[in-house]
Amino acid sequence: MSIFEYNGSAVVAMVGKNCFALASDRRLGVQLQTLATDFQKIYKIHDKLYVGLSGLATDAQTLYQRLVFRHKLYQLREERGIKPETFASLVSALLYEKRFGPYFCQPVIAGLGEDDKPFICTMDSIGAKELAKDFVVAGTASESLYGACESMYKPDMEPEELFETVSQALLASVDRDCLSGWGGHVFIVTPSQVIERTLKARMD
Amino acid sequence: MKLDTSGLETFAPFHGANGDLCGELSSVPSFSLPKADNFDDFQKKAVQMVKPAKGTTTLAFIFKEGVIVAADSRASMGGYISSQSVKKIIEINPYMLGTMAGGAADCQFWHRNLGIKCRLHELANKRRISVTGASKLLANILYSYRGMGLSVGTMIAGWDETGPGLYYVDSEGGRLKGTRFSVGSGSPYAYGVLDNGYRYDMSVEEAAELARRSIYHATFRDGASGGVASVYYVGPNGWKKLSGDDHLSKKDVSKKEKTRPVRCIGYKLLNHVLRTEFLVDG
Repeated sequence: MSIFEYNGSAVVAMVGKNCFALASDRRLGVQLQTLATDFQKIYKIHDKLYVGLSGLATDAQTLYQRLVFRHKLYQLREERGIKPETFASLVSALLYEKRFGPYFCQPVIAGLGEDDKPFICTMDSIGAKELAKDFVVAGTASESLYGACESMYKPDMEPEELFETVSQALLASVDRDCLSGWGGHVFIVTPSQVIERTLKARMD
Repeated sequence: MKLDTSGLETFAPFHGANGDLCGELSSVPSFSLPKADNFDDFQKKAVQMVKPAKGTTTLAFIFKEGVIVAADSRASMGGYISSQSVKKIIEINPYMLGTMAGGAADCQFWHRNLGIKCRLHELANKRRISVTGASKLLANILYSYRGMGLSVGTMIAGWDETGPGLYYVDSEGGRLKGTRFSVGSGSPYAYGVLDNGYRYDMSVEEAAELARRSIYHATFRDGASGGVASVYYVGPNGWKKLSGDDHLSKKDVSKKEKTRPVRCIGYKLLNHVLRTEFLVDG
């Protein structure tokens, strides 16, 4: 079994009209054994920038701490929050630093950039960026997430419809994956508000 | 009357030629082996290729009123859930059940094969085969294929002339008599609940509830177990299905939903939201 599948995860980001959604499952396991069902996989960088970290949980937490550290330094120097595009480059650089002994993580970055333009992106464990206009997925349920998103996504959804779509896509996908699920966690970010919701799901 | 001793032989003699109609059925099927230079190496690769559904929770126990047999209903291939509605309890005859853990094809095939043998025994001897006899029939067959990659972990449970019977049989050749077994990747979790709640003098209702709860907790902790818990009770009058996916009629939807405690996603997702909305400060 791949080290990327050691803890299990499902992360998805979707773009709507002047907004984005970032959702994840809540399971932390050791292979097939479920240890916790309230595990945080989406982290806040600033009010309009979030990152979802799928893959090995220990590396995800370490990586998150380094990202917060680098973002704080950036804020002190620039006296503003980081732009999502810039942050993606930062993450990419941080990951490539460990080219021959990588963090076993696949990050999903989602934020509102200049003029509140939504930005989503994912990358592999050594920092190859993959930008998308519609949706990005990561984790052990990524194959089924691709299928669900591909069939459910519509361009320019309003926040509430986007929430419904991303939630249904997530719940449908984790139902086909042994290693993720046990609840969901959804962030909908619009220029004026952030909606955070916890989803009830199958507990098997 | 000729005594059927084919169960004692590893490979039964071929009857087909001398006009015995059931000859082909009563003999152990023999399979052709691949002509490979290195059989062990080939075999290992072949087993990897048809790596079967592995994750399972099954359990069975004897109590005052008879035997309870229960199982989950998930089939997985690696991390992928291939089905949530598998029948893991196989009905061998009206008085005997088998459970399925390990390779789905291996279990299905050899249980069907055992069913045939049990029926033939019944016709030859005018009485039903004992659970002891049936489990030994299966164990001997599995032993004859030992080391060839069969993957079976099963419990044979039933009611015979001696009362309730329960055996654990596996493809490594093991055969154990007992009063309480659990097999599969979720078995440690099921044992935890089962051992804790088990009493010999339970009622059928209590026993069924204990079995259901054991499976439920196993499906929670074990990623490879899930779906619905099907529960069978075997008493002096044969087995009865107490719960499972299809024990309620399709018309009775409201009742059906009540029996599926783990399924709680509706189309009205908003009802399931636990926490909502906060404003961005600044």
